[in-house]
Amino acid sequence: MSNLKNLTGPLSANNPVIVQILGICSALAVTVKMEPAFVMGLSVMVVTAFANLVMSLLRNGIPSRIRIIVQLVVIAALVIIVDQFLKAFVYDVSKQLSVYVGLIITNCIIMGRVEAYALGNKPWDSFLDGIGNGLGYAAILLIVAFFRELFGSGTLFGVQIIPQSWYIAEGGFYSNIGIMLFPPMALVIVGAIIWVHRSFNKDLQEK
Amino acid sequence: MKGLRKLVDNMKPTFVEGGKLSFLASTFDAFETFLFVPNTTTKSGAHVRDCIDMKRTMFFVVLALLPAFLFGCLNTGLQVGLEGFQAFLYGLIRVLPMVAVSYIVGLGIEVAYAQIRKEEVAEGYFVTGLLIPMIMPVSTPLWMVALGVAFAVIFGKEVFGGTGMNIFNPALVARAFVFFAFTPQMSGEKVWFSDWKMLGATDATTGATALEQLATTGQMQWSVMDAFLGFIPGSFGETSTLCILIGAAILLFTGIASWRTMLSVFAGGLALGYLFQALGVTDYPAYYHLLVGGFAFGAVFMATDPVTSAQTNMGKYIVGFMTGALAVLVRVVNPAYPEGMMLSILFMNALAPTIDYFVVEANINRRKSRIKTVK
Repeated sequence: MSNLKNLTGPLSANNPVIVQILGICSALAVTVKMEPAFVMGLSVMVVTAFANLVMSLLRNGIPSRIRIIVQLVVIAALVIIVDQFLKAFVYDVSKQLSVYVGLIITNCIIMGRVEAYALGNKPWDSFLDGIGNGLGYAAILLIVAFFRELFGSGTLFGVQIIPQSWYIAEGGFYSNIGIMLFPPMALVIVGAIIWVHRSFNKDLQEK
Repeated sequence: MKGLRKLVDNMKPTFVEGGKLSFLASTFDAFETFLFVPNTTTKSGAHVRDCIDMKRTMFFVVLALLPAFLFGCLNTGLQVGLEGFQAFLYGLIRVLPMVAVSYIVGLGIEVAYAQIRKEEVAEGYFVTGLLIPMIMPVSTPLWMVALGVAFAVIFGKEVFGGTGMNIFNPALVARAFVFFAFTPQMSGEKVWFSDWKMLGATDATTGATALEQLATTGQMQWSVMDAFLGFIPGSFGETSTLCILIGAAILLFTGIASWRTMLSVFAGGLALGYLFQALGVTDYPAYYHLLVGGFAFGAVFMATDPVTSAQTNMGKYIVGFMTGALAVLVRVVNPAYPEGMMLSILFMNALAPTIDYFVVEANINRRKSRIKTVK
C-alpha cells in the first residue's frame, strides 16, 4: 500500500514540478516538441530511479560528511550512461536535447529525492519513489510540450495535426502561434497548469 | 427614464440573494450601474464628495479616444485610395468587427470571472476594449485579436486580481502577445495591408510604415505636416498626433491623466532623439520620433494609465522620462523592432513599483535627516 503511494503521490499531490517547483529550467528548455520532452522525461525517470536505488543500498555505508560527493558520482555515472544510450539509439533526439541530457545531473529533482528520500528508506521503496517522481516530471513536460507543439508548430510528435489547407500561405486563415516556441510561454503554461491543479486541490492553496 | 427605472426595479428581486437568477447578480449589477448612478453611500470612514466614479472616468477616457478613433476610420479609407465620406465608411466597416470582437471576448471573460468570484464587474475593460483595436493594424485577422484579448485579460489582468491590480497595461499585453505570436503578420511589409475591395477601394495595398522607412533609409516619403495630422499608414488609432493631442487635452482638463507622465515621456523621447542626432546616429530631426508610430498615442493613453504607471510625483517624472528615452533607444539601436513604444511602456510598467519604492525611501531619509539637523 505504501509502495503504491510512492508511485502515485508525485503524480499529482506531491508533483515535483508543479507543487515543489523543481526542475523548471529543463521543463522550459526541452518542451518545444513532444518527442524531446518524452525522451527527456524518460531519461530523468531512469536516472532518478536508479540513483535512488543505488544511494539507498549504500545509505548505511557512507559517512554523511561525504555523501554529496558520492551522490554526485552516482548520478553523474548514470547520466553518462543515459547520454551514451541516447547517442547510440536515438541520435536525432539526442542532438535536439544537446546539453540538456548532460544537465540532467543538475536537475534538482534527482538530488532532492536522493537527499530527502533514498538516504532514509529501503531500496525498493526508493526505487518506486524515483519512478514516481520521474513520471510526475515527465507528465508535466508532456502536457507543456503538447500545447507548445500543437499551437506553435501545428504538429504532435512531428505529425501534422492542423490541416495544411488552413494556413494563410495555402489560402486559409490560420497561422501558427509563434510565441509558443519561446521559453516564456512554457512558463505561462506551467503557471496555468499550477493554477488549474490548485483550484482542484484546495489543500495545496497558500493562505 | 422612469419606465426604465421601474423595469430595472421589477427585475431586481430575481437577481438578489435568494432570487431565481441570483448567480447572475454581478451581471445585473453591472447593467444597473451602467444605466443609473448608484444611490448607495459609504457607511463609515472618510467620504469623498465627487461625482466622478470609475464609470465616469472611463467614459471620459473613451471620449478622449474618440477623435483619434474617428480619424483612424477616415485615414484607413484614405490609405486605400478612397476619398471623403466613403473613406470614412470604409474604415468604420473595417474596424467595427475588431471593436466588437474585442468587447465581446474581453467583457465575456471579465463577467465570467466576476461571477465566479462573486464580485462586481469592474469597468476597466471599457477603455482597454477600445484601445486594443486602435493599436493594431486594421488588417489583423479577428481571431488573432480575440486570442490577444483573451490572453491579455486572463494573464495580464485577472491572475493579478482584476482591474486595479494589474502590473502591465492590458491593452499593451494584448498587442505584445499578438506581435510575438504572429510576427510574420504583424511586422515587416504586411503591417499595412488592406485586401478588402469594397466601396470601390482600388486594390490590395501594401507598404512600409513611416517608422520602417525611417529605420531602414533614414527618411520618410511623407511630409512632417502629414505625419502630424496623421495621413500616414500605421496602426488604426495611432497615426494622427493632432487628434491624440486633442484627446490629451480632454484627459488633462478632466484631471484623469497625469501631465507629469505625459510631459516627461515627450521630454525623454526628445532628449534621446536629439542626443542620437547630435552623435550622428540618426540623420532625421529628433521630433520625428514624436510624430510617427505609436509614440504620441502611447505617451498620452498608455503611459499615463493610473494603475500601471508610477504613483509618486517624482516617480512619474522618472518613469515617464525613461519610457520616452527607452522607446527612442529601441527604435534607433535595435533593427529588429522599428517601434519601441510598446516594449518600453511594458518594461517601465514592471519597473514603476521599484522606482516608487526608492522615491518614498528617499523622502523618508530626507525627513529623517531634517530631524537630526534640528537636534
